Amino acid sequence: METLASLGDGFAIALTWQNLMLALLGCFLGTIMGALPGLGPSNGVAILIPLAFTLGLGATPSLILLTSVYYGAMYGGRISSILLNIPGDEPAMMTCLDGHPMAKKGFAGEALSLSGIASFVGAFLATWGLIFLAPQLVKIALLFGPAEYFALFALAFMTLGGVSSTNQAKSAFAAALGLGLATIGVDTQTGVPRFTFGEVHLYDGLDFLVAIVGLFALSEVFIFLEHRHGGSDAEGRKLNIGRLYPPVSMIKKCTPTMLRTSFLGFIAGVLPGAGASLGSFISYSMEKRLVDKEDTFGTGDPRGVAAPEAGNNAAAGGALVPMLALGVPGSGTTAVLLAVLLALNITPGPLLFTQNPDVVWGLIAALFIANFMLLAMNIPMVGLFTRVLMIPSRILMPIVAMVSFVGIYGISGSSFDLLVMIGFGVMGWVLRKLDVPLVPIILGTLLGNSMENNLRRAVTIDNGNWWTLIDSPLSIALWVIAIIGFVLPLIVGARVKAKMHQRRDEEGAISD
Amino acid sequence: MSDRIFGVFGLLLAIGFAFSALAIEESFLSDAVGPKAFPLIIAAILGLSSIVIAIRPDAEPEWPALGRLVEVGAAVVVMIFYAELLPVAGFVIATAFAAAYLAWRLGSGPFEAVLVGIGTSLGIYVIFHLVLGLSLARGPLGF
Repeated sequence: METLASLGDGFAIALTWQNLMLALLGCFLGTIMGALPGLGPSNGVAILIPLAFTLGLGATPSLILLTSVYYGAMYGGRISSILLNIPGDEPAMMTCLDGHPMAKKGFAGEALSLSGIASFVGAFLATWGLIFLAPQLVKIALLFGPAEYFALFALAFMTLGGVSSTNQAKSAFAAALGLGLATIGVDTQTGVPRFTFGEVHLYDGLDFLVAIVGLFALSEVFIFLEHRHGGSDAEGRKLNIGRLYPPVSMIKKCTPTMLRTSFLGFIAGVLPGAGASLGSFISYSMEKRLVDKEDTFGTGDPRGVAAPEAGNNAAAGGALVPMLALGVPGSGTTAVLLAVLLALNITPGPLLFTQNPDVVWGLIAALFIANFMLLAMNIPMVGLFTRVLMIPSRILMPIVAMVSFVGIYGISGSSFDLLVMIGFGVMGWVLRKLDVPLVPIILGTLLGNSMENNLRRAVTIDNGNWWTLIDSPLSIALWVIAIIGFVLPLIVGARVKAKMHQRRDEEGAISD
Repeated sequence: MSDRIFGVFGLLLAIGFAFSALAIEESFLSDAVGPKAFPLIIAAILGLSSIVIAIRPDAEPEWPALGRLVEVGAAVVVMIFYAELLPVAGFVIATAFAAAYLAWRLGSGPFEAVLVGIGTSLGIYVIFHLVLGLSLARGPLGF
């Protein structure tokens, strides 16, 4: 009951003209970014953060804008999967399997609208899940002391590695690199400069926004330059949609599938380290095993379209739970959203719910509103977004690069930050070539400082006794989960991951 | 081979990181852990994972031909010039050149490239500066 009252307050905050317009803008931009191959949820949100920040938007409006982009990108990814057999972003990969065959059979419009409905169901149910699960998680998180937090951060890094890369050593490398970058600057506890090499600009530490935009957006530009991929993927193809609404019988047939996969996707999203890609993957695999009696999956079965879409959108909602309740994001895009909160000087975690209830509940209400907007945009207006696919990347990519520069310059007004961003862009490109995941780097730069502070606080409270880190049952449990999460993929994960990564390209490094 | 080089490079990075961590001057007021411990733990993880990468390399990635590498390198140089010249030349001029260059290298014809450059630059200027009021680099001409 209390929850519903808070949600009511949230709607009061979200239903202002400014916030509604921002949600609409975010949904629109997000769907476009999701639809365009090469721009996914994480780099789409990354490009827009500096802008939201420099425009002086408050915490709630910025979050509404950026999470609408996030949800929108999750919807948009399916469009190019279905029409072109090229996933618009990583989570939409599984939608290709049945979506494109359906389009080939002349059911493109049905596939698009059905997947739109599945996306809506997944996201809608996941938002309810967020409302009920997050406060419970907060209750547990309030029991955490510094030692438990340190263990929780370690858990996030160790489980993230299991899913995001095929090579555990590389994700450990990435996490350590990110944490190392976070230590640059004046030490917050003693005031001594670390790794600054006398450069005054580094005393403040590296701005994580600069790192994010460089690693995600600029490295994408370099990938396109390397392949001289200048055309549009839709060139020379006819994008025929046909009828826009699926027959009722098709929706009926898919309803149990959507409900099951929404639940599964949500769980996958909540688990640390697993993002929307895993959500859509396990949803599709489970549904195939469960209902594919006539062996129609992969040949244009509508249930094969509904399953991954409901799964990935539910996972997107689920991934917000640990980000808001614990301050530890479970996926690439939620890591980027965490950067927004940190840039706005809001500390996510259990206290967020008591100190800034307006932010949390305003955001949740905005998610509901955005969801309805997206449903409206993605079914009757889907033709508009299919036209976006015709934009060739030789025009798109310069715009992406320039908007990234503008955003970063707008924050600091210094050329030094732009140079650092270019450096991160090159680093991101090389690391993507080497199949090193970028998400742990971002997470490391974001969480490095609070991870170190919690470690030092815990040990200092116990007079320099390092064993305090594994002193309470709660922290031992967290460490055990962390170790299992790191070791398990080494044993059983290779098979699952090989399947999951079969269809990917260099996008995998920024997978969500 | 790439992974072996990468692993060795990572190991060197870890050693360098550890040495500069040891060189951090401690303040006379310090907590029980001090500013060195955490970086040293990080250096250890960095080093260990680099060794594993070097010993058990993945399949070789597809490196682009030399010409493509030069292409990426040239784009980096142009971006560095852009960053440095932004306050000197002003936003509109610098951005038009940089965007036109990128469009040209991605395969636009000369005419289209110029059009993309000017369009991007003016479009961003109008939307972000005139409409949204973001402050952009101001050159000698005032824009």
